[in-house]
Amino acid sequence: MATETHGPQGFEAALNRSPDSVAEFEQRRSFVQQARHLLHQTPSLVPLIVLVVSVSIFGALLGQKFFSAFTLTLILQQVAIVGIVGAAQTLVVLTAGIDLSVGAIMVLSSVIMGQFTFRYGIPAPLSVLCGLAAGAGIGFVNGTLVARMKLPPFIVTLGMWQIVLAANFLYSANETIRSQDISAQAPILQFFGNTFRLGADEAGRGGAGFTYGAVLLILLVLVIAYVLRQTAWGRHVYAVGDDPDAAELAGVQTRNVLVTVYTLSGLICALAGWVMIGRLGSVSPTAGQFANIESITAVVIGGISLFGGRGSVLGMLFGALIVGVFSLGLKLMGTDPQWTYLLIGMLIIAAVAVDQWIRKAAA
Amino acid sequence: MEPILKARGLVKRYGRVTALDRCDFDLYPGEILAVIGDNGAGKSSLIKALSGAIRVDEGSIELDGRPMQFASPLDAREAGIETVYQNLALSPALSIADNMFLGREIRKPGFMGRWLRALDRPAMEQKAREKLTELGLMTIQNIGQAVETLSGGQRQGVAVARAAAFGSKVVIMDEPTAALGVKESRRVLELILDVKRRGLPIVLISHNMPHVFEVADRVHVHRLGRRLCVIDPRRHSMSDAVALMTGAMAPESLNEFA
Repeated sequence: MATETHGPQGFEAALNRSPDSVAEFEQRRSFVQQARHLLHQTPSLVPLIVLVVSVSIFGALLGQKFFSAFTLTLILQQVAIVGIVGAAQTLVVLTAGIDLSVGAIMVLSSVIMGQFTFRYGIPAPLSVLCGLAAGAGIGFVNGTLVARMKLPPFIVTLGMWQIVLAANFLYSANETIRSQDISAQAPILQFFGNTFRLGADEAGRGGAGFTYGAVLLILLVLVIAYVLRQTAWGRHVYAVGDDPDAAELAGVQTRNVLVTVYTLSGLICALAGWVMIGRLGSVSPTAGQFANIESITAVVIGGISLFGGRGSVLGMLFGALIVGVFSLGLKLMGTDPQWTYLLIGMLIIAAVAVDQWIRKAAA
Repeated sequence: MEPILKARGLVKRYGRVTALDRCDFDLYPGEILAVIGDNGAGKSSLIKALSGAIRVDEGSIELDGRPMQFASPLDAREAGIETVYQNLALSPALSIADNMFLGREIRKPGFMGRWLRALDRPAMEQKAREKLTELGLMTIQNIGQAVETLSGGQRQGVAVARAAAFGSKVVIMDEPTAALGVKESRRVLELILDVKRRGLPIVLISHNMPHVFEVADRVHVHRLGRRLCVIDPRRHSMSDAVALMTGAMAPESLNEFA
């Protein structure tokens, strides 16, 4: 192809002698650089370290009172709802969005499950399905508004939060369904409140206690972790959060990804609503008011970037557990609960600072 | 001979800005067609129209004689038109292999792939490695590393390798050598000729006149949103081409049209 006027230029002849093997470099990095690189590879490592350290510190300070299977699994039970809602929030935040309506969807779904059973006499399993469908439906509307109408997720879900919460109060007439009625007539609504114990003594005290809700949290996080890492859809979620225009040009159906993410988020929130009935025993339209902020807290402390495309759902679980450890640990120490919020606030800011620092490893 | 990719009367307006003004375009089988033009001449809009990234307001596009309506890049891709965009369209946080197979992932055989939708990472990584080796991108050691850890030239190499690996009818390259070093540029040019030898026509958008005149069979000169003329790089000089695309010379002053 080399003619006189067209073709490689003279200085390019040297290229023929260039090596054809994959480049190898001697790695000589400082410990800090290596740590940063490792954290960049495995973003959930930071919250895991914080979790282990905080458990150790509280364990050292409180001894057996804290560092027992009973207390540690109690923490798991206490974060079950926040963790499940946090899993929904994780999916949305990974697409560089935010879902402020998670708490409202959770409450409305639980109210639908309860009211359909008790007001209309629909069989409880069917009511549960209706509640789940309602959650998914609201999520679908969120997703459609974000993906097709191109409205900012913050605005869409801020509006949806108010709409759903108001609908919840209007529909339920602010009426609570009592725990006794549920356990007598529709125990399936309290399904996730069931508990099993491992290693308890004969009187049934101590040992590790697991509610079905806590088990659901673990299973849900594992499934989502698998889906995000090992399936095409999961990779597309990251691609959309990373750079939506690039993802679109590269052949990702970004709108479908967004709609399915928000729909799935709504469905998971409805599932959290079901778990909440199990935890509270009753169906209350005023429950779960802080699920929004708590789920976002878990996501941020879990090292998931609010700018999208980075982080893992395991990190969110660790983030939720960190909050649980601080709450219970400080409560057992008998401090003012405001100290919990103060420390959590510091953790949130520290988590984002660490996120920024880790990102520099990429440059 | 019939053009494999033909566009007639393409019009695209952004508000009061006209990007394409009744633009025509012809790409013949097996050829390398370079598209040159000043900044703002509408080259990118033309390429985006052909690759499905924008919808034109008027005009028709035919691939293999069949009229096409591309609603998205995915449509164009499924029709066999593969594009290397100027911004590369890579997801920084994903790995090289994930990026190359974005939107057409390989799933594991059997139960894992069919029901659990598991990706076949080893297969994707192996193919990605093969394609990068063909391109001579030997400085990429780890195919599983995130694209954001690559240099600009390496990223461009990944994008070019992706298009070359999957294009079945037409490959469009928007400035494929802009960010590349001498060695990688040479490899990309060789790759372009290699793709041509395999019978695939290529549309090459470039500001690099030596590169254009080295590989192109015909040169489409774009000016003010439309095709000004098509010249033969063997009969006209680079200075003619520059004069045409900047308006210093009128196409009528050329002796003949290629």
